Amino acid sequence: MANMAQAIRMALHIGETELGVKDVFGEDVGPPLGGVFTCTQGIKCAWNSPLDERGIIGCALGLALAGQRPVAEIQFADYIFNTIDLLKLCGNTRWVSNGQWPVQMVVMVPVGAGIHGSIYHSHSFESVMTHLQGWKIVIPSTPLDAFGLMLSAIKDPNPVMYLIPKALLRSRGEEKIPGEPEDPKELNTMIDAPLGDRSKWKPVWPKLKDPNMLLGKAKICLGGRDVSVITYGRMVFKCVEAAQKLKEQDNISVEVIDLRTLFPYDQEAIFDSVKKTGRVVVVNEDTEVTNYGEHILRRITEDCFYSLEAPPALLAGANVPGVGLAEPLEEASVPQTSYIIDTVRRVVKQS
Amino acid sequence: MPFSKEKQIKIHDLMVKARLLEERLIKMNKSGLGFFWIGGAGEEAFHVPLGMLIKKGEGLDYDFLHFHYRQSATLLTLGVEMIDVIRQMHNTAADPYSGGRNFVNHFAVKKWNVVNVTSPIEVQLATCIGTGVAHRRHGGEGITIVTGGDAGTAEGEFASALGWASRKDRELPILNIVTDNRYGISTPFAEVHCDRPIAERGRAFGIESATINGNDVAESYAAIEKAMAYVRKKRKPYLLEVKVSRLYGHSSASGANWVEGEVDGIVEFEKKLKNAKILGEDDFKKVREKYEQESIEAVKKVLKEPKPKPEVIFEHIFADRKDAEIPWPPWLKK
Repeated sequence: MANMAQAIRMALHIGETELGVKDVFGEDVGPPLGGVFTCTQGIKCAWNSPLDERGIIGCALGLALAGQRPVAEIQFADYIFNTIDLLKLCGNTRWVSNGQWPVQMVVMVPVGAGIHGSIYHSHSFESVMTHLQGWKIVIPSTPLDAFGLMLSAIKDPNPVMYLIPKALLRSRGEEKIPGEPEDPKELNTMIDAPLGDRSKWKPVWPKLKDPNMLLGKAKICLGGRDVSVITYGRMVFKCVEAAQKLKEQDNISVEVIDLRTLFPYDQEAIFDSVKKTGRVVVVNEDTEVTNYGEHILRRITEDCFYSLEAPPALLAGANVPGVGLAEPLEEASVPQTSYIIDTVRRVVKQS
Repeated sequence: MPFSKEKQIKIHDLMVKARLLEERLIKMNKSGLGFFWIGGAGEEAFHVPLGMLIKKGEGLDYDFLHFHYRQSATLLTLGVEMIDVIRQMHNTAADPYSGGRNFVNHFAVKKWNVVNVTSPIEVQLATCIGTGVAHRRHGGEGITIVTGGDAGTAEGEFASALGWASRKDRELPILNIVTDNRYGISTPFAEVHCDRPIAERGRAFGIESATINGNDVAESYAAIEKAMAYVRKKRKPYLLEVKVSRLYGHSSASGANWVEGEVDGIVEFEKKLKNAKILGEDDFKKVREKYEQESIEAVKKVLKEPKPKPEVIFEHIFADRKDAEIPWPPWLKK
């Protein structure tokens, strides 16, 4: 069973061998390291860029204009903020040229808290990113989705921002990637670079099948009747955990929806679920003021108002400048399972 | 002159055409026929030769062009029509560069590798890195050409472009042109920069560089030819600092009025053509009248053309329009 880092790596391998990707690049992305989270280990076309985020995004845009299908990495979302106007440029290039210049490129960037990353390795980015038009924005929560969404991102003829919940990079999912070895140790032997000298190491890639995932499609992780929890990324697991406890403790039936794509988002899946349950909590870990979840809540409030049986709620990160390092600070800054349980309970009990 | 009489006549013709176009655009702005003007009056002596020497076409066999908004002369030399620039000035639906979305002189011509001209200063210096990487890999003689202004060299992307292009054994075939008109809108260059030529910054990166008088046609032509030959063959970067004039100020925001005391490259070139008995005053007058007339006719035609329909704001955001349609504003018909 692959972990998420391995899943991304295997998708990038298919990208370079079958989908025309010629450049996977960014800081420490090439050998010997293969990315600070090992997502690009063993990728033949991976190379190290200068430590220059604006140069990285500009280079990716230029490569896309030259028809090269690049995948660029910004090492942490905390360091992407100085590229905002270049991201805007990527997103408006097709539009402002009246359709002349397509921009087929992927930017991948680790986001969110959960690894004790302190103020500059814990930022979320989706609320800022969804303010930049012309981009598709995806965020997987399982290795299978990480694999499928990366392949679909590479194939998509538009700029795609691929947000990686960094705390999940070592997590293994319940669903297998079609074709991966049964034993995770076997996969580790095949595609994980050895410690020490790697100059002669070559990965052995398993033959995998592209699940052809559609961008813009949410996934019902857990079916339920009483309340809808709309979430994505790292919070998916916390929401599922909360749902299981609510079932056991309160006999509350929670439907958990993983959006997977934040733009374009799956309006139909969201509205269908809310109309069925009549109650909704949107959960994410970005700071709560002008939070992406506020938009989802606004759409629900306007379009599903007469289906609602209780005020909808947003559970998001505290509106503070960063996630502090000490455990009590981190736990106070981003949603924990117990907060999700409390919020869902409150929404279910209101009438 | 290092080139033929016919070529000199052609260069003169295109320089005057570009000037007359810019003056027509300014008049349009002042008479309410275009919201904003920014352009290249005063840079023709450099930009016409540049246009002549570009390897024009689509894809990596040809030059990729990351221009700024003072290069109408280059684009006219490449072959754009006056009337299309006037369409962009009047933001009609038929504006071929942006469909009425963008300011005049913000070209985008995919068939000639002209990528979007942008308003943010120097972002093109970041984007050019990517086509440079692609050109290096592709080989051949196609190169990446990027143009920015002197004020823009203060932006980080200027250093990015020099740094990425000069990595040892990974050099990029990028001709980096800085047109130096000595101002950033109203701020004098000397007030915000060190007192050294911009070209010297190339030396820190081991990049070949030169400073030239962009108001002199022959000097410009020779310098571009030399720089391009180097970049095309050696597949390495070159930094070309070009001293130019800004004859109508920064843009319509600063009045777009004639600036006294600046050298006019057309006047200088006409003196030479006259001395060499290639062309005379009557010829100059005829060329002016020809393009004056063409610009007037173009304006008349463009004024009758429709503006873009409101719902096209959702076109070309994504390859498939449907991806952009949620949420949809209630005031707009679908």
